[in-house]
Amino acid sequence: MPRVTVVRTGTANLASVAAALERGGARVEVTANLASVAAADRLVLPGVGSFGAVARSLRGSGLAGTLVRRLADGRPVLAVCLGLQLLAAASEEDSGVPGLGLIDATVTRFAPGRRVPQLGWNRVSAGPGCRLLADGAAYFANSYKLDRVPAGWSGATADHGGSFVAALERGPVLACQFHPELSGAWGQALLERWLEVA
Amino acid sequence: MPRRAGRAGGQGVRFQGLRDAGDPARLAAAYAAQGADELVLLDVSATPEGRGHALATVRAVRRVLPLPLTVGGGVRTAAAAGALLEAGADKVAVNTAAVERLELLDELAARFGRQCTVLALDAARRRDGAGWEVVIRSGRERTGRDAVGWPREAAVRGAGEILLTSWDRDGTGSGYDLELLAAVRSAVTVPIIASGGGATPEHMARALGTGADAVLAASIFHDGVTTVAKVKGRLAALGVEVRR
Repeated sequence: MPRVTVVRTGTANLASVAAALERGGARVEVTANLASVAAADRLVLPGVGSFGAVARSLRGSGLAGTLVRRLADGRPVLAVCLGLQLLAAASEEDSGVPGLGLIDATVTRFAPGRRVPQLGWNRVSAGPGCRLLADGAAYFANSYKLDRVPAGWSGATADHGGSFVAALERGPVLACQFHPELSGAWGQALLERWLEVA
Repeated sequence: MPRRAGRAGGQGVRFQGLRDAGDPARLAAAYAAQGADELVLLDVSATPEGRGHALATVRAVRRVLPLPLTVGGGVRTAAAAGALLEAGADKVAVNTAAVERLELLDELAARFGRQCTVLALDAARRRDGAGWEVVIRSGRERTGRDAVGWPREAAVRGAGEILLTSWDRDGTGSGYDLELLAAVRSAVTVPIIASGGGATPEHMARALGTGADAVLAASIFHDGVTTVAKVKGRLAALGVEVRR
């Protein structure tokens, strides 16, 4: 049975992602314990909260360094929603607070005139080189987004007043702007593919 | 006991009202299999068993449901909302408590984010016919508050979504209140779920064409008149993009 460790980043509701992973046959542990996170077979960086608050809390607790090392080593990580944005260097949401900096880009707000937050289903197109990601419909809940698939990653895109990054993958590292745990059978299948390669 | 079908951002079918059902988890799984895009559980706390029962219901639904879950009914504090989110809700809807204490919306958005914070806006046409007013306590009390100004303020305070129910149309099957919908649409940029009176895919298509991001239907599913899959098929034929 695959073991998955979900990082407790604060006031996030983690029940949905934990339930989806359990449906996929995983044993799920939710923790903020540094040693548990460092030793995790598979790590989930969940996605609720504000960029600045969570980035600060990850740094304050020492989890940031552990996460950066794990991501740089290409060990299994699933980052969801804000989790994807935290991989970037910075975000317009909290311009004074640096992210984890694995991706040299700034997260931006959706253009004026669009529904913000984007709170609903949107079509996702998988780009070249994707092994985990597939075309489909995914459930999003975000006001900010990454604009382009960075070099060294494969990615999927969606459109909300312009193209944005729906998800990124690199080996067993999968970062989703959408919520795979809320994206029906398509999302469940994606999570199960991640459990298999991770 | 309404249950709602809907669309969000191009697709979506939502449901509300499993409270009288014998096995909410089984029903939730069945609706997910039919192609529902979202589930809304309202008034789960309004059972004789109270809040503990509501949390157990949310946990049971969460275990089987791979879709967004909104829970509302009787939520008066951020702590109560937090307990529902912890149990597996993705969004919490508030109505009466936010009308009586506006800061509740600020508190929910600050603690859990706007994407978790839904304003359930129940509106009825004013008795003199001039616009709409907010009604609370499940429609028992008219507040006099403007039903177009209120969601505007609520969105500024922290509501990330408006669940807009026409109290005049609810249960009538005569279609959504498109005038009300258009008025609220012009007031906010956050997503709106139209509710109250929707009984046919044609009603839904009209609401979506009037600016609803999602539509919610009730008794047509509860009474077994139709299924989510059939509704979505007809919506697709009407030119509405649906997730299938």
